Parts: sequence; structure tokens; C-alpha cells
Amino acid sequence: MIQIKDLHFAYPRQEVLFSNLSVRLEAGSITGLLGKNGAGKTSLLKLLTGLLHPISGELSVMDHQPRKREVSLLNDVFMVPEEFFFPSISIRDYVKAYTPFYPRFDHELLDRILIEFELGNERKLQRLSHGQKKKFLIAFAMATRCRLLVLDEPTNGLDIPSKALFRKILAGSLDEDQLVVISTHQVKDVENLIDKIIILDNGEVIFHQTIQEISQKVAFISGTSEEREAAIYSEAVPGGYRLMVPNGYEETEVDIELLFNAITNGHKIG
Amino acid sequence: MEFKNTKGIFLQIADSISEKVMEGKYPPGEKIPSVRDLAAEMGVNPNTVMRTYSELQTRGIIDNKRGVGYYVSQDAVPIIRQWKRKEFFDTDLPLIVRQIKILGITLEELIPYFESTQNSDKL
Repeated sequence: MIQIKDLHFAYPRQEVLFSNLSVRLEAGSITGLLGKNGAGKTSLLKLLTGLLHPISGELSVMDHQPRKREVSLLNDVFMVPEEFFFPSISIRDYVKAYTPFYPRFDHELLDRILIEFELGNERKLQRLSHGQKKKFLIAFAMATRCRLLVLDEPTNGLDIPSKALFRKILAGSLDEDQLVVISTHQVKDVENLIDKIIILDNGEVIFHQTIQEISQKVAFISGTSEEREAAIYSEAVPGGYRLMVPNGYEETEVDIELLFNAITNGHKIG
Repeated sequence: MEFKNTKGIFLQIADSISEKVMEGKYPPGEKIPSVRDLAAEMGVNPNTVMRTYSELQTRGIIDNKRGVGYYVSQDAVPIIRQWKRKEFFDTDLPLIVRQIKILGITLEELIPYFESTQNSDKL
């Protein structure tokens, strides 16, 4: 669905952000895009959706070049940005005005999600809190049924119950021909939701593996300083160490934070 | 000090389904939730639930009736019991034995606990 090869990108009069970025993504996945502040996560999402243009290199989304902004691509791509602006109209009027752009729009799904998020159709968008606006935008994004959904920090501003609802909605309302890319620092919020992890660092994709591949190669355990010897990476925690060790036995839950720190500190898991 | 580590999420889901079978909530022949429904209920990636279902299918605990769904197999209960017994002896028991040795607990000390748990849940 997404093919990027040797992508080069820099903002005007600024240092190069991506010099040699390559990555390939297929449908049927909820992929987590991780990276430190300033690693270029949002810029990459904007390149995918045609909001920014590459300087050189190959970038194709569903066989389109996003920079051309063709209708046949734009009606199949939806981005939930971190910051957004809504006109002063009701949810009902917004839906009426914007759904014609999305041929696969699913009104039933929208109504179902709005009920779960406790958002009534008559509510004025500008009177909603930031978290409520975000929930509306997530609901709208899901209901477009666009094949590419790009979510930039989607759980920021969501209250505690809404984060769990967000996971349930995503896990239960996607089709196999859809790809969701979630950029986030809140790894706990998406822990069991994502099936693939991409780590962006120094302008490159330095890691790209499925959760299954990761958990078959390495285990995440707690242990003592003795066991630390055999670890690929370790961090001190109260009562001992969190360790990433070669997996010799049963699969453990993937500790995404530990994995992220290990990888961005130059460790490899094979 | 030794910690019990958290199993991979796909195994946790397998355990929870197996438990429901053992408790009689999912008796043999019963249809279990679809991949998508279970994923939605737990907020877990559908590919992970799919992995659980293929694992349970390989072990003979559930059957896939094409186009209809997944059903608890007729032999599910003995298969799960054998699987879980093996897991107990391989994984859980060594940790318990190690703790018993460190604390210098004797077999005689443990016997009353077995007797009392057999009669009631009180310790």
C-alpha cells in the first residue's frame, strides 16, 4: 500500500530531515510509528497524505503520488492531526458537509461510535472540549472507511475510559484492506492494539518488525543483576532490572518502552 | 528474587479461553466469539486474536468450521488439562519448589494446607 524508497526531505532553510528513508507497508495492519521528539513522525505522516512534498525519492500510496493530490487518493486517505480546527457548526451539519468526499462512508458505524463516545449529533463542534473534538474526529475517520488512516497522537487529550474505547473501536471496526498508521509517544495506550512497530531515528527507519517477530526473538523479563549479564539491554527499576533477553522459551509481552530505548541506543535484536 | 514474567498477549488470550472451557462456560460444541468480536471486546489487534485461534486449533482445542466460525472441540477438556498440567510442572512448580527451599519449609508443614483446601477454600 505504501512504498517509500530513498526519500529525501527537508523543510526550507533547515537541516535535512530524511536523507535516505525507505519503508514498505501493506494493508491489514495497525502499525505504530515511534520516534523521539523531532524525529520526523508528523512530517512523514504529512508526506503520506500530500500535505508535504518530497524533494526527491520514491513515495507512492496505493499507486498514487500523494504530492499530486488526486481525488482518487484523497477520498481514500484520512488523517487525524494533532492540532485541528472545526467550523462553528453542529456534528450533524459537519457530517452532512464532509461525507460526500468519502465514497465508502459508513453512517451506521459513525452513529455507533458517537454513541460510545457519548457525543450527540446536535452538539456544536466549537463548544466541545479538546478531548471531545478529538473523539469526534476519530469517529469520523473510522467511519470514512478510508483504506489509509493516519493518526497523529490519537490518544492525547482522551480521558481514561475513552482510551480503552478507542482501542476497542479500532480493533473491531477495521477491514483487512485498511492500513492504520499511529504515531505516538503514549505506547501504553496502543500496547496490544498495534501489530507492527516502526522506529524513526536520525532521518531513517531504523526498526521495522511485527510484534510476533519481536516476541519470538526476544523476551522481556524482570531479573537480578546476575541475569543482567545475559541481557541484550537492561534498565534498573525498583527491585531489580527490566531486561530484554534472547528468547529461549515462552513468549512474553513486548515491553515497547524498553524495546524503543534498546533500539535507539544502538542495540539489535536480529 | 525471581519474578514470574507476563506471557505474550496471544497466550494470555489462549489461557482465558481455555479457562472458560474448563469452567464449563464454553462447553464442547459451543461456538466461541469471532476473531473480530473478541478483538473488539478486548481492544486487542485482530491479528493477535487470529494467532490465538490458530494456536488453539493446532492444539485441537477449537475447530474452524469454514464460513461459520470457531467451535470448542469435543476433546477440548482433556487436551487443556494435559497442556496445563505440563505447564504447571515445567514452569510453575520449579518456582514454588525454589521458594519452599529458600524458606526452609518442610513437607509436613504443607500437608495441612492441602487437606484444608480440599475441604473448603479457607486456608
